[in-house]
Amino acid sequence: MEHKEKPKLAMYWASSCGGCEISVLNIGEHILTVDQVFDLVFFPCIADFKVSDVANYPDGYIDLCLFNGAIRNSENEETARLLRQKSKVMVAFGSCAYEGCIPALSNLTSKQATLATVYDDNPSLDNPEHIRPLEEAEVPEGMLDLPEFYDRVKTLDQVVPVDYTIPGCPPEPEQIWAILQVVVAAFTEGAPLPPPGAILGAGDRALCDECPLAREEKAVSRFYRPFEIDPEPGKCLLDQGIVCMGPATRNGCKALCPRVGMGCRGCYGPMEGVEDQGAKMLSAIASTIDVGDPADLDEEELERKIEEVVATLPDPAGTFYRFSMGHSLLRGARPEPEAVTEGGGS
Amino acid sequence: MINEKVGVYVCHCGTNIAGTVDVHEVAEWSGRQEHVAVSRDYKFMCSSLGQDLIVDDIEEFGLTRIVVASCSPHMHEKTFRGACLRAGLNPFFLEMANIREHVSWATSDKAAATQKAKALVKAAVERSVYHKALEPIPVTIEPATLVVGGGIAGISAALELAEAGHPVYLVEREPSIGGHMAQLDKTFPTLDCSACILTPKMVDVGQHPNITLMTYSEVEEVSGHIGSFQVTIRKKARHLDEELCTGCGICEERCPIKVVDQEFEAGLGKRKAIYRPFPQAVPKFPVIDEEHCTYFLKGKCKLCQKECPTHSIDFTQQDEVCQVEVGNIILATGYDLFDSRRIPQYGYGRLRNVFTSLEFERMVNAAGPTGGNIVLRDGLTAPKSVAVIHCVGSRDENYHEYCSNVCCMYSMKFAHLVHERVPDAEVFNFYIDIRASGKGYECFYHRLLKEGTHFVRGRVAEVTDAAQRPEEEGKLIVQAEDTLIGAQRRIPVDMVILSAGMEARHDSQELAKRFGLGCDFDGFFVERHPKLDPVATMTEGIFIAGACQGPKDIPASVAQGAAAAARVAGLIDRGTIMMEPVKASIRTDQCSGCRICNNLCPYNAIEYHLETNVSEISTALCQGCGTCVAACPSAAIDGAHFTNDQLMAEIEGILWDQRETEREEEEAAVPA
Amino acid sequence: MNNPFEPVIVGFLCNWCSYRAADLAGTARLKYAPNMRAIRVMCSGRVDPQFVLKAFREGADGVMIAGCHPGACHYVEGNIKALKRFVLLRSLLQQWGIEKERLQIVWASASEGTILAEAVNRMTEEIRALGPLQWQPGRTVAQREPELAEV
Repeated sequence: MEHKEKPKLAMYWASSCGGCEISVLNIGEHILTVDQVFDLVFFPCIADFKVSDVANYPDGYIDLCLFNGAIRNSENEETARLLRQKSKVMVAFGSCAYEGCIPALSNLTSKQATLATVYDDNPSLDNPEHIRPLEEAEVPEGMLDLPEFYDRVKTLDQVVPVDYTIPGCPPEPEQIWAILQVVVAAFTEGAPLPPPGAILGAGDRALCDECPLAREEKAVSRFYRPFEIDPEPGKCLLDQGIVCMGPATRNGCKALCPRVGMGCRGCYGPMEGVEDQGAKMLSAIASTIDVGDPADLDEEELERKIEEVVATLPDPAGTFYRFSMGHSLLRGARPEPEAVTEGGGS
Repeated sequence: MINEKVGVYVCHCGTNIAGTVDVHEVAEWSGRQEHVAVSRDYKFMCSSLGQDLIVDDIEEFGLTRIVVASCSPHMHEKTFRGACLRAGLNPFFLEMANIREHVSWATSDKAAATQKAKALVKAAVERSVYHKALEPIPVTIEPATLVVGGGIAGISAALELAEAGHPVYLVEREPSIGGHMAQLDKTFPTLDCSACILTPKMVDVGQHPNITLMTYSEVEEVSGHIGSFQVTIRKKARHLDEELCTGCGICEERCPIKVVDQEFEAGLGKRKAIYRPFPQAVPKFPVIDEEHCTYFLKGKCKLCQKECPTHSIDFTQQDEVCQVEVGNIILATGYDLFDSRRIPQYGYGRLRNVFTSLEFERMVNAAGPTGGNIVLRDGLTAPKSVAVIHCVGSRDENYHEYCSNVCCMYSMKFAHLVHERVPDAEVFNFYIDIRASGKGYECFYHRLLKEGTHFVRGRVAEVTDAAQRPEEEGKLIVQAEDTLIGAQRRIPVDMVILSAGMEARHDSQELAKRFGLGCDFDGFFVERHPKLDPVATMTEGIFIAGACQGPKDIPASVAQGAAAAARVAGLIDRGTIMMEPVKASIRTDQCSGCRICNNLCPYNAIEYHLETNVSEISTALCQGCGTCVAACPSAAIDGAHFTNDQLMAEIEGILWDQRETEREEEEAAVPA
Repeated sequence: MNNPFEPVIVGFLCNWCSYRAADLAGTARLKYAPNMRAIRVMCSGRVDPQFVLKAFREGADGVMIAGCHPGACHYVEGNIKALKRFVLLRSLLQQWGIEKERLQIVWASASEGTILAEAVNRMTEEIRALGPLQWQPGRTVAQREPELAEV
């Protein structure tokens, strides 16, 4: 056993918050088992490795790469490609790598608008000269390179082939541990790996399956944002007009949010067979709108009444695509006209 | 991996398609598309030779999918499904591209038409490879039928079915069957006495062993589907025991309360608080009008109860709700008469001697309030001159744009009756056009011309009592433009009759909803096809007959009643029918019981099971609209033949040239 | 590539009313803009918002959802459900920079070939005025599928 080489584990963070790493550490004492079973070969969050170390590994050297974070800039993409080349099994770990998550919400605006918010139009900034980072800058020490900031946030599978996906923002520690056990069994005992392309650490049904709240038939005459209502305990949030993405979201987290009166935000992503989680939830939620008996209304009144209810959902894109924008059918707002011409539409 | 062999058949439809779409080009191009194994164009794909092409190719090339680019699927989908079936291919492996109605007939731009035809073919090909084999679903037909409405259309339908040996429930909301026809005096153009020809039919209905007659009753709820509808019927309390009542009429005689009869006698006559609408009523039992009965108002009287020889009066009787199961439903709910008060310039309700057509019908009826005498509102004076105004509420963009179909004829009947009963009276008929298109109708019109009726062609502007000339004093003046002589005319008369049109029942929308039907703009029920399927509706197993479908006269209503009955009898005789398998189903292993879909189904086909926390769709109830499929946030509902896969592929296909542009641009952008 | 811009509209037409209206428009030989390509669904209530987004993604310049008039739906209220989804979807699309003219809902009964044809004409001209949506080129710029699978 001592002589047998341990499987090599890498974990990388691209455009992410670090929550995924914390969730891995939250598997508790099992982390000791992980340390025992695996050789850590790249894990910038907890140990000092350099990209050049990875570049020097032979192809396929890494057995398991847990890649978290979205692809926001050229560095993220280069690292993703490098890790793909060096890894046997590439896992999109967490919502950012899987479907863009919060970073991909910036796809609702342009790169220019994002940079303006970060470097110019922000009350907490002190940048009177409007200094912006440049991709190339000459400094006394020589030429300085910075990664290119992309127009659009991409998901990992839009950049490299991905073997498995673990959804969640972040994935739940029990689920992570369960997956690691499967992987460990595969590497140490030759047990079978899940079929390629599988979504791991999540169920096949929607969140409602795990949700203890009691559900009725739905008829919603207005929607509430969390601060506008004190939810009635024990009762389905959606039934009360509180947007809950549970019906359109994979289970696996044990319905953590609805249990404490907060609607599911959808971080475990869509169900099998759904191409666009936001559109599906939009369809479902619109279907619950109640404007009384339509026969009593003329066509204009009917539309106006529906509009009144829809107006209580002020940010549909942010609400329904909070996590899935990067993987949605349109992947973000319409590109700015310049961006189109830039791409060679001429 | 998709591995289907698609055959594409582009129809010329003579020059209907080929004159605009380059069919050779479309066929040749189709042959180069992915999945396509064979592609041909042919003069008439629907001909037997055209169909043989498909059959032979399926056998020779082992085609697994067929795309026919021709007319609308509403025209020939059945034909080509038949061809597939003959070649042993599941008929649901067919997909049609509508390049005639939607392309060649809709544009004369040949290039655009050809491009659009390609897009539709590509969409059909892409869609077809996701098609699944489906089998029609057998449904057993319950032999009993529900007929709603006991007017002449409903009576005809009920009798036809009963005579054929099938049980019928006939539900009528008034205390007697007979409908509007029972109120009419004579029928045009033959001038038969309406009651004389109707009453025997009503009696037949009342006595027929196969008919369960439920009058003073209304359908409250309908669920189920063709073959098996569950119908809830409320029988309103008549306050008498039908088992005991002999219909002797003593109660009616003794009742001290007289009420103006707004229904049957159109307000011209009176009835009692316990009453039968008319002497020949079927059934013969009276009914107590709770709004006017002294007992119900003040808690005492009960005279009828005391006088009733069989002790059948029961003031404590409650409404009864019963359930019946039927295989088919015929709706013959009739029409409402246009309310002439809505046209204030015609003065009805304000000018005493303006009558509605229904009032006049009752007046000329020998059993009516005036004993058949034509008299003014004073009940004594015979008019010396009468104006009959056609098209009241009809052919008028302020009220109903349609023609009510019967008013010309009954207006002429009125003119004839005035000539007959008041020989020296002058009659003026104001018309827009004379519509006398039925059998013997034109002949009747000529008869009236000979009888001396003055026909004035022009819509009446106003009926007034404001005299401008001495001869107008004390008269009603009818002002109209006589469009034949091109002059304004003011004609003073003693009596004006407003020939009100027919309109949909005030509650037709509600009724349509209860039975799952559609209404047109005017509120009439929508037939499956205006020409070829006039008594069927979009809902299988529900038929319509008579004026609820649109204004029509007695012979047309009778014909529709019989036609609907024949359709139903055909279904009953078959015993089992095959339903289109376009149905939704829930994959229970993916359903999380979120209950989003639960109240979306108009047919209550979705049921939630609390124990298993999943919802389930009853295939028999599902009509295949797909609303639940679109709503299901976890893609747990499948809509057969309209699956997400199929529609997504169709979308990709239909936009093929948009992608082509992209490819060309990309190619152009790549340096050599 | 100097062709003038011809908008492409994907029309989701319900089997009972609007698809038949389009059939009728053809049968009556009404000539109208050939820019709308119809996809038949049983009911406008079947139109999954995913279909609309898919059509835009695949290069449609506009999407038309057409059904029976409210109150006249073959499936009682499927069109009302379509309307509810349409209103919410329209508010979403505006956040995404897709003009409201590009997604329209139209009521046309089986006898209203003229109304459908006029709606297609009107929508075609409105979109012509807006110009192409060009989601495809836009998409290829922002996220052209990478050359996958060198591994």
